[in-house]
Amino acid sequence: MTDPLVTLDNLTVRFDERPVVDRVNLSVHRGDIITVIGPNGAGKTTLIKAILGIQKVSDGKVSLRKNLVIGYVPQHLTLEATLPLSVKRFMLLSGMPPTECESALARTGVGQLLDASVHHLSGGEKQRLLLARALARKPDLLVLDEPAQGVDINGQASLYDLIRQLRDDLNCGVIMISHDLHLVMAATDKVICLNQHVCCSGSPADISHDPAFIETFGQPVAESLAVYHHHHNHRHDLHGDVVAAGPQRAHTGHEGCDHAHH
Amino acid sequence: MPTIDAVLDDFFWRALIGGLGVALVAGPLGCFVVWRRMAYFGDTLAHSALLGIALSFLISVPLNVGVIIICVVLAMALVMFSRTQALATDTLLGILAHSALAIGLVTLSFMPDVRMDLTGLLFGDLLAMSRNDLLWIYGGAALILILLAMLWRGLLMSTIHEELARVEGIAVERLRLVLMLMFSLVIAVAMKIVGVLLITALLIIPAATARRLAHNPEIMVAMAVVFGFVAVTGGLSLSWHLDTPAGPSVVVTAFATFLLVYGAAGKARA
Repeated sequence: MTDPLVTLDNLTVRFDERPVVDRVNLSVHRGDIITVIGPNGAGKTTLIKAILGIQKVSDGKVSLRKNLVIGYVPQHLTLEATLPLSVKRFMLLSGMPPTECESALARTGVGQLLDASVHHLSGGEKQRLLLARALARKPDLLVLDEPAQGVDINGQASLYDLIRQLRDDLNCGVIMISHDLHLVMAATDKVICLNQHVCCSGSPADISHDPAFIETFGQPVAESLAVYHHHHNHRHDLHGDVVAAGPQRAHTGHEGCDHAHH
Repeated sequence: MPTIDAVLDDFFWRALIGGLGVALVAGPLGCFVVWRRMAYFGDTLAHSALLGIALSFLISVPLNVGVIIICVVLAMALVMFSRTQALATDTLLGILAHSALAIGLVTLSFMPDVRMDLTGLLFGDLLAMSRNDLLWIYGGAALILILLAMLWRGLLMSTIHEELARVEGIAVERLRLVLMLMFSLVIAVAMKIVGVLLITALLIIPAATARRLAHNPEIMVAMAVVFGFVAVTGGLSLSWHLDTPAGPSVVVTAFATFLLVYGAAGKARA
């Protein structure tokens, strides 16, 4: 395997002597999609911020590959009402040429919003704009903090799908935080269950049997995920229910959903 | 050139030229005050200017230098205090703004041999603008505009989303410091025109007026400069014809423009 993009070596972050992230070891390679899950206050965001270099590390080490370009998709884009800003201007602030910005917007499905004001975008559109902005930088590593927050269930599925496609296009590594367990399980290679320390980690199928996972999330959640993983090709319908379907049908069904949020 | 010389001999023209120079930088900086919710912060710095004047007499340096020194020290102290979060920011600013003003007034009263026109300092003085002040204003304005042009993307980006900016390699902390220095400088030079009590108004009213019409940050800055010009020209003319205090006249004009723009824009929408 090639050199990892990021390596965490016993990473520890303490707030007032209380460890929020406790001795985490992790490496992210090109092509990996790693999802961090865990209860509120488990230190997920702190972990990600440490990787991004915007959170001081108390102990241990974060090593990034040399000249690593990180594309960061923050949880929210909350814009001050007094600051007028169009989608185009926001994209250009990345310092990338206009053609790159426009194609990144098109790639995340919001190309038609070029002249819109950022203030008037819906939650899903804002997330796609942030994703486009990260994309325009041609990142080696994509870091997403709950990318699907404030996005309806249809939009969530297509957003995770898009993230997977982008991983394939860019051959980048992806590390993200998510609460959408079902959706994440389908879209990720490796799950890390964090509760200050790493409770358990592994492929989605393995982790749903892990006693530590069951303890953190409860038997019903673990069972539903385990069941889910025995049917790899099903999708969610409009209500978020699981729909068993063949890969072909699921795909066309999903294409239909893709435009539903406009 | 004799014509320019003649113009600069007239105190009204000196005040007007100086005021326009101040408006030139108050526009962009005012936008940042509005965008970053720093109105109260600007007020605190401005109020401390009086203390800076007292300091200038104590260590006998030009007034502007003393004001800049005090503003910079206070700005740094504010940044450090706000990190500890022991007090809410507005409480902290409230304490420092009025304490700085009070200490400044008390200190000046201890210096009986210093003859200062206090009203002029607090509310601006049409007659006080010297050729030397013009040099300060246009030198400071040039410096600020060059810095703004160079650092524009980083400043704007760290205003929009600080963490995103940091991840993209923008030195957010350093830029905040530069912004503080620019505020200190603009307070030092704007003091003569509008007075320490009303500097914040000259920063935020034109910017807020521009917000109603602008769709992009750069347009908003340009419009804020224009509205600043209107306020200064109108206000100083008012002061000249009606013998009203310069600072309040400028602010009244700015406020009238604000009402006019919001009223007209509201009507256009309805």
